[in-house]
Amino acid sequence: MISPKREFLQRTGHVAMLLACLSLTISGCQNGGSSGGSDSDEILIGHYGSLTGSQATFGISTDNGIKMAIEELNAAGGINGRKVKLVTYDDKGEAREASTAVTRLVTKDGVVAVIGEVASGLSLAAAPICQDGGVPMISPSSTNPKVTKVGDMIFRVCFIDPFQGKVCAKFAREHESLKASKAAIVTDQGSPYSVGLEEEFEKSFVALGGTVVSKQTYQAGDQDYSAQLTSIRAAEPDVIFVPGYYTEVASMILQARKLGMTQPFVGADGWDSAKLGEIAGDAINGCFYSNHYSQEDPSPKIQDFIARYKAKHNEIPDALAALGHDSAMILFDAMKKAGSLEGAAIAAELAKTKDFDGITGKISIDAERNAVKPAVMLEMKNGAPKYVATIQPGE
Amino acid sequence: MSDFAQTLITAIAIGSLYALIALGYTMVYGILKFINFAHSDIVVLGAWGSYSLSVRVLPALGYGLKEVPPVWVALMILLLAMIFCGAIGFTIERLAYRPLRRAPRLNVLITAIGVSLLLQNVGQLSFVFGASPQDMPPLLSDRALATFSFGEGESARQLVIGMVDVVIFTTATSLMLIMQYLVFRTKLGVAMRAVSFNTDTAALMGIPVDRVVSFTFVLGSMLAAAAGFLIVMKYPSISQPAHTIWVLLGLKAFVAAVIGGIGNVRGAVLGGFVIAFVEQFGAFYVSSNYRDVYVFTLLILILLVKPSGLLGSTLREKV
Repeated sequence: MISPKREFLQRTGHVAMLLACLSLTISGCQNGGSSGGSDSDEILIGHYGSLTGSQATFGISTDNGIKMAIEELNAAGGINGRKVKLVTYDDKGEAREASTAVTRLVTKDGVVAVIGEVASGLSLAAAPICQDGGVPMISPSSTNPKVTKVGDMIFRVCFIDPFQGKVCAKFAREHESLKASKAAIVTDQGSPYSVGLEEEFEKSFVALGGTVVSKQTYQAGDQDYSAQLTSIRAAEPDVIFVPGYYTEVASMILQARKLGMTQPFVGADGWDSAKLGEIAGDAINGCFYSNHYSQEDPSPKIQDFIARYKAKHNEIPDALAALGHDSAMILFDAMKKAGSLEGAAIAAELAKTKDFDGITGKISIDAERNAVKPAVMLEMKNGAPKYVATIQPGE
Repeated sequence: MSDFAQTLITAIAIGSLYALIALGYTMVYGILKFINFAHSDIVVLGAWGSYSLSVRVLPALGYGLKEVPPVWVALMILLLAMIFCGAIGFTIERLAYRPLRRAPRLNVLITAIGVSLLLQNVGQLSFVFGASPQDMPPLLSDRALATFSFGEGESARQLVIGMVDVVIFTTATSLMLIMQYLVFRTKLGVAMRAVSFNTDTAALMGIPVDRVVSFTFVLGSMLAAAAGFLIVMKYPSISQPAHTIWVLLGLKAFVAAVIGGIGNVRGAVLGGFVIAFVEQFGAFYVSSNYRDVYVFTLLILILLVKPSGLLGSTLREKV
């Protein structure tokens, strides 16, 4: 038999749980969006990115970059007199959330174009939704070739991995500070970005006369890399290539140094975050990564961008911020020229982009809807990336 | 040789962590016969609690976040985290599980999943822990305690025994020894085992069942908090509370409890070390691609060959 007191407790307990769950669902809905009542004169564009989670700096930097571009545009009169408004959703760095966010942008908010994502895996998850919805999508910095192959509505303003992998391999094999003949590779096996780069790096490194002595994998979110690193240590490589994202890479390098491994690590644009140096500290000195632009580039356009960004956000913009800015600027350029806000018309103009003068260099969109641009190699010194070399697409 | 020893050291450290967490699963199962799915979230609370305490306590005591404070500060944070999680464990049992004491097992199990989701999502709120990873300030210097060199010249390799690994092993072992003493040598331990044998008979003999159950939850949660603290000592980059890494960690500790024989305290410890060894040596000698596969394959094999777990049937003392 249950006493009345116990029954009461049971009831209240259940009601409390129910209320707690309900409040969570509601708050979950609220923190996603920043849309709200827009007057009909504003043009809505969407951005989905990882504002929280282990790739949070990617989404935040990109969002800052896009917002700067929008401010410039609106101050100069908008698109044919109409102002542009950004709707940003957080995808937490998860593919499932990215699809939900983009579905909402396309079907509910009715944006004319979508900007995002940084991580190739997330762009791949959302691209089919934009393609089917007839809304152009520009990825600022997804480098996996498959992203734009989804369809004729999907564009990007950065170079692609067959080029980036070749740049890293060439640098590891031939640059005077490395001259590596034996490489080890550690791949994030759940990330199309990482797997794609691993393939391209291995192909080029072997073609240049090097050998890959050890191949290991990890999963995003892993905390312990000792087993992989001990294996690599036994294979005695000259250089270790890790095409991953900054959170995991920083932990991995810290653990490698603890195991007494002194080899330089080489990586790609997934390393580009101020967090990399913050987490890894001195352990990361002497490691290299390829990137879309260098903060030390003396060109006035870049230095002006850095100064304006710094004044607003009190930090030096990473490449993600610059690419976010460029993707928005290219989109606005196409929207102005298109004359209508139809997805197909904007996409047609985007495809014609030629020698657009962006922060990250001259951007031309090729037949595959990719940008053709040079890459830079950076070296980590005292926790900050320093410019080492520029490698042109033809080389 | 040095690589074998290095892998062994990692396996022992990680095994201690799995064992600490597995103890919580196994104790609750022993007494209430249900799987407390919210247990891995107590580990998360332990980890994030240690972080939140450190970033507040360290500056208050006049230490920077980058310098290593004296040992007593680390001990204090460990103790506070354990007390905090013990209180949370007590509250969860009191509010969510006790009202369901006479309900069918399935109801309690589903409630446990609900509690787990609640903790994960509340933890992600911006005024609790937030949804971004954070870096744990160093509470212990992670220098190498001992370094041995093997081989000559080019192929010389080092065996590094890190401070943190030793601390993990000694803390976990001492906690497990205290546990062992509590369960097998004290009156309260006798009461716990009695409740585990037969709740109704124990109640008829005058054992305060509710108090014993509460105590079990507090004990399990304190061990989980210690595991959370040790994890952030070893891996200072803390993933956000709802990250799958925590779920996987909880799942592996649960597998450890099942492999050792769920409900059996010594089995949970054995299971923790067994899966850490399978995972680490599998990753080193075979391939790191299938690290998790080894663990779950072992689970399937054990369930096929010896469904009650390694120590499940030989030792009948359950907690």
